[in-house]
Amino acid sequence: MSDSNKITFSPESEALIKNLVKRYPEGKHKSALLPALHIAQAEFNGWLSAPVMDKVAELLNLQPIEVYEVASFYSMYNLKPVGKCLIEVCRTSSCWLRGAEDVVKHIEKRLGIKDGETTTDGKFTLKTVECLGSCGTAPMLQIGQTFYENLTLEKVDKILEEWKDAGKHSSYLDEHTFRNI
Amino acid sequence: MGRKLLLENDHIEGIHSYEVYRKNGGYKSVEKALKSMTPEAVVEEVKKSGLRGRGGAGFPTGMKWSFLAKPEGVPRYLVCNADESEPGTFKDRYLMERIPHLLVEGMITSSYALGANTGYIYVRGEYFYIIKILEQAISEAYTNGWLGKNILGTGYNLDLYVQCGAGAYICGEETALLESLEGKRGNPRIKPPFPAVKGLWECPTVVNNVETIAAVVPIVNDGGDAYAAIGIGKSTGTKLISASGHIKKPGVYEIELGVSVEEFIYADEYCGGILNDKKLKAVVAGGSSVPILPADLILKTASGEKRLMTYESLADGGFATGTMLGSGGFIVMDESTSIVKNLHTFARFYHHESCGQCSPCREGTGWMEKILHKILDGHGTLADVDLLWDIQRKIEGNTICPLGDAAAWPVASAIRHFKSEFEAYVTNRKSIPDVKYYFHCNNLDAAAAYSSL
Amino acid sequence: MAKVTIDGITIEVADGTTILQAARMIGPDVAPPTMCYYSKLKTSGGYCRTCLVEVSKGSEKDPRPMPKLVASCRTGVMDGMEVKNTSSEKVRDARAGVVEFLLLNHPLDCPVCDQAGECHLQDLSYEHGNYKTRTEFERRTFDKIDIGNKIQLHMTRCILCYRCVKTAEQITDGRVHGVINRGDHAEISTYVEQAIDNDFSGNVIDVCPVGALTDKTFRFKSRVWFTKPMYAHRNCDKCSGKVSLWYKGDDVLRVTGRKDQWGEVEEFICNTCRFDKKSTSDWVIEGPAPINRHSVISANKYAKLVKPKEFTLNDIKAITD
Ligand SMILES: Cc1cc2nc3c(=O)[nH]c(=O)nc-3n(C[C@H](O)[C@H](O)[C@H](O)COP(=O)(O)O)c2cc1C
Ligand code: SF4
Ligand code: FES
Ligand code: FES
Repeated sequence: MSDSNKITFSPESEALIKNLVKRYPEGKHKSALLPALHIAQAEFNGWLSAPVMDKVAELLNLQPIEVYEVASFYSMYNLKPVGKCLIEVCRTSSCWLRGAEDVVKHIEKRLGIKDGETTTDGKFTLKTVECLGSCGTAPMLQIGQTFYENLTLEKVDKILEEWKDAGKHSSYLDEHTFRNI
Repeated sequence: MGRKLLLENDHIEGIHSYEVYRKNGGYKSVEKALKSMTPEAVVEEVKKSGLRGRGGAGFPTGMKWSFLAKPEGVPRYLVCNADESEPGTFKDRYLMERIPHLLVEGMITSSYALGANTGYIYVRGEYFYIIKILEQAISEAYTNGWLGKNILGTGYNLDLYVQCGAGAYICGEETALLESLEGKRGNPRIKPPFPAVKGLWECPTVVNNVETIAAVVPIVNDGGDAYAAIGIGKSTGTKLISASGHIKKPGVYEIELGVSVEEFIYADEYCGGILNDKKLKAVVAGGSSVPILPADLILKTASGEKRLMTYESLADGGFATGTMLGSGGFIVMDESTSIVKNLHTFARFYHHESCGQCSPCREGTGWMEKILHKILDGHGTLADVDLLWDIQRKIEGNTICPLGDAAAWPVASAIRHFKSEFEAYVTNRKSIPDVKYYFHCNNLDAAAAYSSL
Repeated sequence: MAKVTIDGITIEVADGTTILQAARMIGPDVAPPTMCYYSKLKTSGGYCRTCLVEVSKGSEKDPRPMPKLVASCRTGVMDGMEVKNTSSEKVRDARAGVVEFLLLNHPLDCPVCDQAGECHLQDLSYEHGNYKTRTEFERRTFDKIDIGNKIQLHMTRCILCYRCVKTAEQITDGRVHGVINRGDHAEISTYVEQAIDNDFSGNVIDVCPVGALTDKTFRFKSRVWFTKPMYAHRNCDKCSGKVSLWYKGDDVLRVTGRKDQWGEVEEFICNTCRFDKKSTSDWVIEGPAPINRHSVISANKYAKLVKPKEFTLNDIKAITD
């Protein structure tokens, strides 16, 4: 077991995870694992280290391996550090038909990184992903919970500009995402 | 102009909020069902409507509901499948974003019909902003007495929760979805048992698509017969079509089932024709999994009849010359499109999304992607095309869940209908210029190089 | 009771029996091969797809054939069901496909693999596969890792049958290894380097159909066909103490559970019996373990070996063409 005792969630996050458990019947707390991992990722710089996962296991009373198994299955959980701004560009058919390859190439050139890499200053990570349900407004990319659609190269430039001084890691959720029960 | 049942009010300002939704007739189906109908009567209306599952398989919803096991003292669940990850499909997102209360209302009415006291809406993780919208709608529904204990004083209780996914197409498969909802890896279960008998936490469960559940609202409001009066034959009612690709007006369209494919592609009311008035080359009519058809076969069946947007007409001719309505993800490709390259994006998708449980899909999807990559790189041979055919044939039908089939069909159909294009690639790839694809419809000249293929 | 006919042979079995179990009751000639099913483990089977069969008649009540091949290990019999195993062209074709898929990323390092000679994948490929490899792509590889000092995990050889995970889940407590990642990146792992610290952990070696989980105390000691299995038992406070001892000369090189004719252990044994009791004096010897006549393990026990015919270049060409 890793150093999970060094990890502490903010009281809000811990309370939220405890609250999420109420959505399921008695004894089915494992169901809270997916949202809990999202909350953990949002809190700890956009990725899940082994100690963070161990901490989640502890909070939900699970074996650590159960957490690793799940975290490594889903593509939205990052098991390695990522840049402040994680850019996810859709590369599937409908987006490809409308120029997704150009978007990827443009970003690669602008940031000097390849798909899957992080800029040396730790600001941006580029990741190509599969269809995000935005095919009618293709090409598109996602940063955190925001969809940027109907992209043009000019729009992409603006987005990069907008994110270049981001203070916090991009995140899929915020404090209002889940309602309290 | 076709009738609209789901998106009738989507243009109304503020329709996402409870007040506006309610003012425009929202939650009437809950009042009607809970106060004046038995659960069985609601199921009966859904049966009469002829509604078929809108998630892709097209299974009659009323029949599915009547299969739900009802053992004494065991809870039952209704789970809404909002995992929407089939490439080319974005209708559920549109519906949930615009009119979240329609889904909440459908969940309440449907749960009542099934005798479920807890419901979950499983939303793909990438749609987190939608989760926020749904959570807000659910809060409003609780505040206004549509959810919780003793709804409308009828003694019926229902709790409704949203659950997030985390990036896995396979969680759209209903048993994988249930696994995921139980906090596990999204591995499809081996069936039987089916969810209707052993679903969520081993309890009887119905899993339905967002659009299916939303359609229950007009069915209860106006009666199953009124719903069945729309459409043709066994394709009743309306269907949301997600239109994308090389068309003038991509977007979500609610159509009456039975509109002709030609009208759907070319009429101003729908897609508005091919972008830059180019020629139509091919269409994937029901999401990435269904067979791709060349222009002549998508507009007309092999026997020369007009192809219609119905389950039956699209399937006419079987896989030899037909396709499927699937999830209604309608991807249009113009004459400049490289079918091989498009297929590569699909193959890469299925390789990426295979859960890895069963060997034909785990190994076969990766193999197909690699061969396609090799062909695109100009190192392919004619034998590779035959090998691709043989691999897809050995995956199809031999896997645990239909993802294997879904990975095989696009490959099979592309080779079936566009073999000469594969051959052109492997014989003279070097002479085929690297086509520049559209960037906002600008770059047409280089793209035209493909039309000679 | 249900009457079921498999490859023309009819047998009556209890309701709830699977097609595979019924076929095994008829005998090894009719039983489909299995790579992931394990009768001693709950919910095993369904993954590898080697046991696919054709159901040409669903039942007496509903005689329609099933539209797809079904996994016999996970499909129950119905009264009047008719099943085709090797008598079905479709099954033979699909099975050859499955073998090819299982071998696609397999390293084929049998010459240096301790499992060679008792490997189910070798048997399967020999009986149901093709001679020729059609893949030209680099095979997936993983680093070898030790799960504790007695068990080695060589993931490159794994076929993801899930047996070891189910073993860990069902006969030990506090599972520490599992399946991580997905698709063709999926692997058996502890994620963070960790020993499986449990009295029954050694059984993952016995259930592994290939050489992915091997006994480090037996590593490179001998090819299995040079060893001689003997049944033996001892008084053990943790398990039944009924084992097979694998002898080379007078030395016990390895201890395993006793395997039945399907290659599955009869009873799980504890780590003390498996790893720590390696002298004859620890055991009461019962006699030679029964070995399948076709097994390579029996090869050197036949005095009069027929010399195989010379292998010529033409033979090789005939195989590879
Ligand atoms: C690989 C795979 C992915 C699927 N994805 C979805 C999906 O994203 N949304 C959906 O509603 N159904 C999806 N389905 C279909 C579901 O398994 C199920 O049939 C459906 O949710 C049932 O609802 P319906 O009867 O209302 O269509 C998928 C099926 C498979 C095999
Ligand atoms: S077909 Fe693919 S996705 Fe479905 S269970 Fe098998 S490996 Fe998983
Ligand atoms: S293909 Fe890119 S969002 Fe669907
Ligand atoms: S033994 Fe039946 S699927 Fe593996």
